[in-house]
Amino acid sequence: MRSRILVLFAHPAFEKSRVHRELVKKVKHLAGVTFHDLYEEYPELDINVSKEQQLLLEHDIIVFQHPFYWYSAPAMIKQWMDLVLEHGWAYGKDGNALQGKQLLSVISAGGPREVYSATGRNRYTVHEFLRPFEQTALLCKMNYLPPFVIHGTHKMELHEMKQAALQYEGLLLAFHHGLLSQQELAQVDYLNDLNPIPQALKD
Amino acid sequence: MEKSILFQAFIFLSAAVLLVPLAKKWGLGSVLGYLIAGIVIGPALFGFIGDNTHDIMHFAEFGVVMMLFVIGLELEPSLLWRMRKAILGMGGVQVMVTGLFIALVTMQFNFSWQESFAIGFTLALSSTAIVLQTLQEKGLMKTSAGQSAFSVLLFQDIAVIPMLALFPLLATLPVDVDPEAHSTNLIENLSAWAQTAIVVAAIVSVILAGRYIIPPIFRLVASSRIRELFTAVALLVVIAISVLMSLVGLSPALGTFLAGVVLANSEYRHELESDIEPFKGLLLGLFFIAVGASIDFNLLLQKPVLILGIVAGLIALKSLVLWVIGKVFKLKTDQNMLFAVSLSQMGEFGFVLFTFSNKNGILDQGTVDILIAVTAISMALAPIMFLIHEKFVQPRIGTKMVVEEKEHDHIDESNPVIVAGFGHFGNTVGRFLKAHGVGTTFLDIDSDRVDLLRKMGFKVYYGDASRADLLKAAGAEKAKLIIIALDSPEKRMEIVEVVKKHFPNLRILARATNRVDAYDLMNAGIMNIYRETLDASLRMGVDAMHFLGFRKYAAKRAARTFFEHDEKYLKYLSSLKLNSSEYISTAKKYIEELESLIQSDMHNESLHGADEGWSEEGLIKEFGSAKIEKKD
Repeated sequence: MRSRILVLFAHPAFEKSRVHRELVKKVKHLAGVTFHDLYEEYPELDINVSKEQQLLLEHDIIVFQHPFYWYSAPAMIKQWMDLVLEHGWAYGKDGNALQGKQLLSVISAGGPREVYSATGRNRYTVHEFLRPFEQTALLCKMNYLPPFVIHGTHKMELHEMKQAALQYEGLLLAFHHGLLSQQELAQVDYLNDLNPIPQALKD
Repeated sequence: MEKSILFQAFIFLSAAVLLVPLAKKWGLGSVLGYLIAGIVIGPALFGFIGDNTHDIMHFAEFGVVMMLFVIGLELEPSLLWRMRKAILGMGGVQVMVTGLFIALVTMQFNFSWQESFAIGFTLALSSTAIVLQTLQEKGLMKTSAGQSAFSVLLFQDIAVIPMLALFPLLATLPVDVDPEAHSTNLIENLSAWAQTAIVVAAIVSVILAGRYIIPPIFRLVASSRIRELFTAVALLVVIAISVLMSLVGLSPALGTFLAGVVLANSEYRHELESDIEPFKGLLLGLFFIAVGASIDFNLLLQKPVLILGIVAGLIALKSLVLWVIGKVFKLKTDQNMLFAVSLSQMGEFGFVLFTFSNKNGILDQGTVDILIAVTAISMALAPIMFLIHEKFVQPRIGTKMVVEEKEHDHIDESNPVIVAGFGHFGNTVGRFLKAHGVGTTFLDIDSDRVDLLRKMGFKVYYGDASRADLLKAAGAEKAKLIIIALDSPEKRMEIVEVVKKHFPNLRILARATNRVDAYDLMNAGIMNIYRETLDASLRMGVDAMHFLGFRKYAAKRAARTFFEHDEKYLKYLSSLKLNSSEYISTAKKYIEELESLIQSDMHNESLHGADEGWSEEGLIKEFGSAKIEKKD
């Protein structure tokens, strides 16, 4: 069966983001993908909880796509998590609604990959910064996938962004068609390292 | 033919119901519709009514009285005081100059100076009923031309009183003494001083009653909660003042106008207005029908050149005088043209004054017949004059409909947004859009405002936004949105219809005055409706709760819930008939639901129903107080 993908996109200044413009362009109308622009839907952070929960139920892979703000997500994602992932629904004794689903973070970061390391400027890896998401997934009985991270956006050329967008598109397509094995996924640090995804699609 | 009252009412109402909507549809306005209805059922065509039209007109003139009462209600005393210059200045000059002018001309045709004087001053008057009704319908009352015309009409209404007093002195013919004729006027046999004193006393008593007696009566009646009783009191007020004014020989219209002004500040103003409004409308309609029916086509056929010549000459002369007055009082050219055209007809007081002059031995029957025909015809022509002015004259003069494009202004050509109406509402929306570089074109009917806006660099089109040709000129074919922000709900509805018909691709964002107005727009298929007071009142509610000690964020979210719930139910309620039992029960259910929703959000321990993610009740239950994983 094909996986249904829900992209929960959060960017408070989308109109100013070059990299997310390219990413969104590629995946917005992709078959099997529901693109959900949270800041567009809830300009006052007034999240419609039941609607969001319904959307979650209808999808197998949940993607948080957002820029990396202060080593985390924009406020909207936090608000969304606070409100949508209710006790007794998403977690807790009777909270099994999300059981078995996959959670994926798709992030853009200004700094290069090297600075996110024990010896780098930011002292921790992106994985370490993403622990709250990882644990959230775990608490909700979901499987947390390795993230897809676009590093160094501050110095990125347009063609590089387009390349990243293409890879993102390929990744979602591969997920949709179930072309990625758990084993394969377990081996990589970032999903970006699943190389070459286009190869998988050719088969 | 059966001439029972019911049958007559049947004829009048069916003529109005059939012809007025047609006239409105063809852009002729309701006044012309009623006049045509009158001509159709009058002696000229079907002859359903005839011999008694003057009685009907006399009765229907009460509509004019009511109209002035309603106008008074909308005019606060301070506003009236500010208009004193225009009323006395413009009005005084208009009546004096026009009256003397016509009298001089009349004398050239072998009339005595007494006759000429009576004819001149009677013909100097214009029709309050037709002019105000037409100006209101076209949304022109608040323009400087509308205000000037109103001032002059007000003065004319006052001027009728001394005319009635002075005309008997001009008598040259033998008078049939008819003791019944003026039996309603109690004070005419008293001395001049006593008369003046009584007149002043009457006016003062109207003002005092409006201040101190009428409001407590309203309060009493309102507390009884019987709807029709309130209507009865409103009618009683108008009628009582009319009777009092007639007793002392003053114009009832003037008296009720005064009462209206006094009551303009009272809390019952809107209720009074909505109670009187339908009576006023019906009686005015009846009045216009009677005017139409009273046109003597036989006389017109016998002496077509004479009568039409007099009509044309008078309209030309009156317009000319008005135009010069407008110039002196510094009206802008286009406003001045409208002012001159609007008051160029003769008025309904003509019927009274000519009959009065005849009874008092000033004018003979033949002259009076011709003059009454002239008056009626000129009144019937008035709406047509308005129409000609609007369609052919106005587009060519003064404040142009379209400004010539500046060479480098090419972006303006296809502005994506059209804002109809640049009052307080359109103003805010427009400035907001402009501040964000959104190309916006404005439409407004107030030429003074248009001039000002143009000076400030706005792209403004002048004219009635419900006209398809104007919308087209403003770029409606290329624009994406039209924001309908005018004050008048009727006008907004007209624009909606025109846009839907001629520019189906234009998305409509409409302002709504209130709930009922929003239903109408919704039923017309409009998706984007903005109730003008909703956001501000909720914001105020949020602040009120804040000052009472509620957390701001909680209050804000409650307002949000309220807003969404209200909008949702608005959609549903719009499909039901207003005030039907289903409507009321649904509205009740809605209020209960809303209350429980907000209360459970605010007062209960749990955030049940609203955002449960912030609630910790479930967590505490499951994990006890020892270990809470998610929140502390």
